[in-house]
Amino acid sequence: MGIAIVVTSGKGGVGKTTTAANIGTGLAILGNRVVVVDTDIGLRNLDVVMGLENRIVYDIVDIVEGACRLRQGLIRDKRYEGLFLLPAAQTKDKTALNPEQMFKLINQLKEEFDYVVVDSPAGIEQGFQNSIAGADEAYIVTTPEISAVRDADRVIGLLESKGLDNPKLIVNRIRQDMVERGDMMNVDDIVDILAVDLIGVIPDDEAVVISTNKGEPVITEEEPLSAKAFKNICNRIVGEDVELLDLQYDEGKFSKLIKLLFSR
Amino acid sequence: MGLFRIFNREEKRSKNIAKERLKLVLIHDRAHMSPKFLQMVEGDIIRVIKQYAEIDEEELDIKLTRMKRESDNMPMSALVANIPIVKIRDFER
Repeated sequence: MGIAIVVTSGKGGVGKTTTAANIGTGLAILGNRVVVVDTDIGLRNLDVVMGLENRIVYDIVDIVEGACRLRQGLIRDKRYEGLFLLPAAQTKDKTALNPEQMFKLINQLKEEFDYVVVDSPAGIEQGFQNSIAGADEAYIVTTPEISAVRDADRVIGLLESKGLDNPKLIVNRIRQDMVERGDMMNVDDIVDILAVDLIGVIPDDEAVVISTNKGEPVITEEEPLSAKAFKNICNRIVGEDVELLDLQYDEGKFSKLIKLLFSR
Repeated sequence: MGLFRIFNREEKRSKNIAKERLKLVLIHDRAHMSPKFLQMVEGDIIRVIKQYAEIDEEELDIKLTRMKRESDNMPMSALVANIPIVKIRDFER
């Protein structure tokens, strides 16, 4: 029996889909059987982030309605064996699914896969309720902005009221240069305010944009700092004790020199 | 960072402004009860405490916050009251 992880945030645009794609891919790279599930009905996007948009035949609503079998609806990843996508429906309404149906579906998937990674839609309405049905764990993605942290707090409260007691936090798009000059909340600030456990910190990284342009999750690359950050999260998920990344790693030599000159 | 520190007083940093604003907003969000509800709680607490002590009502501060329970580190909501006591009442008995 596998584990279902829902990736959620409340606020849109903080990197839920990117995170779900990278965690799913990363867990598959580690040798697990993984399915990533897009529950954002009407605004499907996990397919393009994974680069699988051309292979979609059936979608999640078709499966739930019995228009096709579960196996038929799953799309095999083009790079990694053991990685599958269950796409959202693009032309249907978000009321096409309900939490009971989702609970059944996620449990079916847990029988076949080691990890079921569910990408949640923005918001806290029915789409969100659907996405958390059947989840064993919840990961909250936030960015170091007031609006995103506020929404994360709201979602944490909702998750706890649904029995998802120990949500874990991913702080995305940290800009270390801004943190250092005191113009961006740092990870400790956010963790203190939200009072949840941290499972990862992802730096703001151009490589994510570039890899998304190409339809290849950044975690498939070696060099980018964001790829290392996602790999660390995956290692933590499978139970390894990994230290948080030193985000200063990607500073250029020049800025390091400047820093050396001006520090004592 | 030494040289720049002089020009940037810590409290003026925008991250601190963000933190303060965020904390205030969250107090109200977390109390998914209305501010009116908190006022009612505050009124009742004042009434009870006053029987035993003279308190500084102006400085009294009650808020809902989230913290980790000490015994097992589980997150929980807590009603935190800061009640400045001026004087404990003398009871003759």
